Amino acid sequence: MNRLSWFNAVSLTLGFAFLYIPMIILIIFSFNESKLVTVWAGFSTKWYGELVQNEAFLDAAWVTIRVAVFSSTLATILGTAAAYVLVRGGRFFGRILFSGMIYAPLVMPEVITGLSLLLLFIGIGLDRGILTIVLAHTTFSMCFVSVVVSSRLVTFDRSLEEAALDLGCSPAQAFRLVTLPIIAPAVISGWLLAFTLSLDDLVIASFTSGPSATTLPIKIFSAVRLGVSPEINALSTLMIAAVTIGVITASLVTKRAMMRQKQDELAAARTE
Amino acid sequence: MSATVFAPWDDPQAEPLIQFQNVSKRFGDFTAIDNLSLDIFEREFFALLGPSGCGKTTMMRMLAGFEKPTDGHILLGGRDIDPVPPNKRAVNMMFQSYALFPHLSIWENIAFGLRRDNMPKHDLEERVEEMLRLTRLEKFARRKPHQISGGQRQRVALARSLAKAPKLLLLDEPLGALDKKLRQDTQFELMDIQEKTGTTFVIVTHDQEEAMTVASRVAVMDQGQLMQVATPDRIYETPASVYVADFIGDVNIIQGRATAQGDESYQVDWAEGQPALLAKSATAFDTGQTCHLAIRPEKVAISADRPTDAVNAVQGKVHDIAYLGNLSTYHVQLADGTIIKAQTANTRRISRRSFTWEDPVWLSWTATAAVLLAN
Amino acid sequence: MRRALLIALPYVWLLVLFLVPFLIVLKISLSDTELAIPPYTPTLDLTQGWAGIKDFFSQLDFENFVWLTEDDLYWKAYLSSVKIAVISTFFTLLVGYPIAYGMARAPEEWRPTLMMLVILPFWTSFLIRVYAWMGILSNEGYLNQLLLWTGIISNPLTILNTQTAVYIGIVYTYLPFMILPIYSALERMDGSLIEAAEDLGCSRAQAFWLVTVPLSRPGIIAGCFLVMIPVIGEFVIPSLLGGSGTLMIGKVLWEEFFSNRDWPVASAVAVVLLLILIIPIVLFQRNQQKQTEADQ
Repeated sequence: MNRLSWFNAVSLTLGFAFLYIPMIILIIFSFNESKLVTVWAGFSTKWYGELVQNEAFLDAAWVTIRVAVFSSTLATILGTAAAYVLVRGGRFFGRILFSGMIYAPLVMPEVITGLSLLLLFIGIGLDRGILTIVLAHTTFSMCFVSVVVSSRLVTFDRSLEEAALDLGCSPAQAFRLVTLPIIAPAVISGWLLAFTLSLDDLVIASFTSGPSATTLPIKIFSAVRLGVSPEINALSTLMIAAVTIGVITASLVTKRAMMRQKQDELAAARTE
Repeated sequence: MSATVFAPWDDPQAEPLIQFQNVSKRFGDFTAIDNLSLDIFEREFFALLGPSGCGKTTMMRMLAGFEKPTDGHILLGGRDIDPVPPNKRAVNMMFQSYALFPHLSIWENIAFGLRRDNMPKHDLEERVEEMLRLTRLEKFARRKPHQISGGQRQRVALARSLAKAPKLLLLDEPLGALDKKLRQDTQFELMDIQEKTGTTFVIVTHDQEEAMTVASRVAVMDQGQLMQVATPDRIYETPASVYVADFIGDVNIIQGRATAQGDESYQVDWAEGQPALLAKSATAFDTGQTCHLAIRPEKVAISADRPTDAVNAVQGKVHDIAYLGNLSTYHVQLADGTIIKAQTANTRRISRRSFTWEDPVWLSWTATAAVLLAN
Repeated sequence: MRRALLIALPYVWLLVLFLVPFLIVLKISLSDTELAIPPYTPTLDLTQGWAGIKDFFSQLDFENFVWLTEDDLYWKAYLSSVKIAVISTFFTLLVGYPIAYGMARAPEEWRPTLMMLVILPFWTSFLIRVYAWMGILSNEGYLNQLLLWTGIISNPLTILNTQTAVYIGIVYTYLPFMILPIYSALERMDGSLIEAAEDLGCSRAQAFWLVTVPLSRPGIIAGCFLVMIPVIGEFVIPSLLGGSGTLMIGKVLWEEFFSNRDWPVASAVAVVLLLILIIPIVLFQRNQQKQTEADQ
C-alpha cells in the first residue's frame, strides 16, 4: 500500500501530464518573441509589456475584479444564511422549493441562467451594466457558497450551540460567538469559490452585461475567437500564476494548521 | 460527617427543588416520556439510569430547556419553567461531548457564561481562577481544548458549567468518554466537587456502577417511565421489579407459585422434583400467585455437602466457572437444566480452589436472602 | 422574527432572481416574434385590468415549440448535444478513473499534494484551459509539429474545428469533476477489503472488479452526472474548438439570441433543454441523497 504499483505510477504520470502540459505550453509560448505563436523565435517579455499598455484589457480587468468582489461578498452572506436555514431552520413554508432553488443552479446550463436573467432585467427595465452582472453572479454563486457552508454545518456538533445557549447566549449571540468563528474556514472558502466563479464566468456575463461594462472573459473570448495570440498567452500566464500562488498558499496554510493540531493532540494525549 | 442523615425525600416538610408534574413528551408518534412525576431535592446527587432510548436524555434536555414537555409541567424552586428559554434558566449542563468551544482557550471557555451576565472584570477573573483551582486546571488556562487530554477536557466542561453557580447542574454521561481507570477516579472527584459547591446535580448515565457510586438517589427508567426511585442500596437490595433487579447487577431469577405460610413467609414451588424454596416478603402474595424469586449470586453459598442448617438448598453440578480475580462465579446446573449463579470471594490462592468443572455441589441461601417479586 | 428574516433574505432573492426569470422565459417561449422593443408580443398590460390579463393569455401559443420540431436544425442539435455529452462522459470516466484510483492508492503523505494538483486546474479559468488547446490542435499546432517531426504522419491532421477537438476539450476541462467524487469514494474504502477478497481466492483483477468497482459506484455515478449535465448545455467548448461543423444546443441558443435576436425561439430552446435535463438532474439528486443517507 505504501509503494506505488507501476500501473498507478503510469496512470498518475500520464493523467497529470495531460492536465498540465497544455498550460505549460501556454506559459512557455507567452515568452515567445514571434507574433506567430506556434513557432519559437527566442525569449522575450514584450507581450507582457503590450498587455500592460492595452487599455481595453485593463478596463475589463478592473470591471471583472469589482464585479467579483461585490458578488462574492453578497453571495457569501446570502449563501451562508441559506445554508444555515437549510441545515438548522427546521420546517417552514416552501422549504422544498427553497432547497430546490439552492441546488438547481449548480447544474443549470449557463446559457439558460444567462438568458433568463437577461429577460428579467429587460422586463423590469434595469439598465445592463456592472449592477446586473453583480446580481447575476451573486445568484448562481450563492448556491455554491451554500453547498460549501452547509456541508460544514452538517458535521458541526450541535451541542456547541446548545452549550452557548445554556451558558446564557441568545440565539443570535450563539451564532456570532460560537458558530461563525468555527465555520469561518468554510465561509472563507465559499467566498473564494464565489470569487473565482465570478472571475471565470463568460456566458452569464455576456448575457447580463451591457456596452458600458465588459468583463475580462468577454474580452478574451472575442479575442481568441479570431485565433491564438501571444498577448492572450501572456494574460493567461498571469492568471494561471495568480491562481497557482493562491491555491498553493492556501494549501500550505491549511497543511501547517493541520500539522500543528495533530502535534498538539499527540502532546496532549501523552500528558494523560 | 454530620449526625443527621441527608434524606430530604423522607421528610414530608422538605420543599423539592425540581418537580416533574405528570410530564409527557412525544416526538411525533413516539412517546419519549410517559406521564411521569418526580421530585428532586436541593443538594441531591440524582442519577437517571436506564438503557439508551429510555427517555433519560429527554428528561435532562427538558430541564435544560432544549425540549418542552408536551403535557404537564416542570417546576424549579416552585416556579413553572416551561416558558423560560435555555439561556434564561439558572440551570447549566455539562454535555456528553463536552461541547468545549474549540476556538477559545480553556480560560475563555470557563469565562464564557460569566461574560454573558456582564460580570465585572475583576469578579469574573476571580471566579474563573476559582474554577480552575477547583478542577486543578491552573496550568492549562491558556491552552486550547485540542491541546489537552480527554480527562482534562472533562474537567474544563465541568468548570465551565459550574462557573455560573447554577441552582442545578445537569451532567449528560459525563464520564462516558473516559477509560475505566480514569472514570473511577473522576467519580470520586465529582462527588467531592458536588459536596464542596453544594450544587444539586442530576446525572444521566447508562452505567449502573457509576450511578450507584455517585448518586444519593437513583431513578431507574425504562420506556419513558420510572421503574423505581430509591437510594442505591435499596435499589440493589430491594428492587421493585424483575426489570430493576435484572438491570442492576447480577441476579438469579426463579419463577414459581407462592403459598403463604404466615409471618410474611412464603413457600415457592418452582419445578417438578425440586424442593420448594422459602422466602420472606413484606409484600403480600396470594396463594397460587405467580412470583419471581430474585437472588443475588453473592448471597448463594456453594458447598460439597448439604449444609445441615440451610433453609433453601438445591443440588447440581458445576457447569462453568468465571474467574474474575477477586471473585469467582460458578454456574451450577441443576437436574432440570436450570442454571444458578453463585459467587464466592477468592480468599485463597487459585491452586487450592475447592471446586472444578463437573463437580457435584450444593447451593444454599437463607430465607431473607431472596426478594420475592410479582413482576 | 430574526429567523423569519434569515429565511426570507435568501428565499426572496432566489425567488426574484431565479424562479421569476424562469417564468419569464416560459412566457416568452409562448409569445411571437415582433420587430419591436422588446422584440416579442404580447406584453402584459396591467393597466387594462382583468381584460388585459385575459387578452394576454389568449395570445400565448405553442407556435415556437412547433417550429422547433419542424426545423431539423433544433432536434439535430439536441440529439448531437446529448450524443457528445454521453460519449465525452464515457471518455472522461475512462481517463479519470485510473487517475482517481492511482491517487487513492498513493502513499498517504502524497495525497494532499495530488489532490491540490487536481483542484488547481479547476480554479484556473475555464476559458483559458479551452484556449490552451487551440494552439495545440490547430493545423500548425504543437501536436501536428510533434507528429510530423517524429515522422508518424506526413501531412498535418485536421483536429481543430472538428468533434474530436470538442471531445478532447470536454475531457480536459471536466476531468476534475470526474476524478474528485471517484477519489473520495475510493479513498474511504477500507484497504483490507481487497486483502480479504484475495484471501478468499480472488485474483487481483477479480478483486478489482468485484469489490473496488461496486464500492466506487456512487462516486462514478456522481462524476458522470457532474460531467454530463453541464456538457449538454455547453457553449464555450463547441464554439472555440468545434468549428461550424459541431452542432450543440447551447451554441444554437446563443446564436438564436445574439445573432438572430429571436427571443421567443431562444426561450423555447431553453425550455426544451431544461426538460431534457430534468431527468438526469433528478437522478443525480437521488444518487446524492442516497449517498448522504448512507453516510449518516
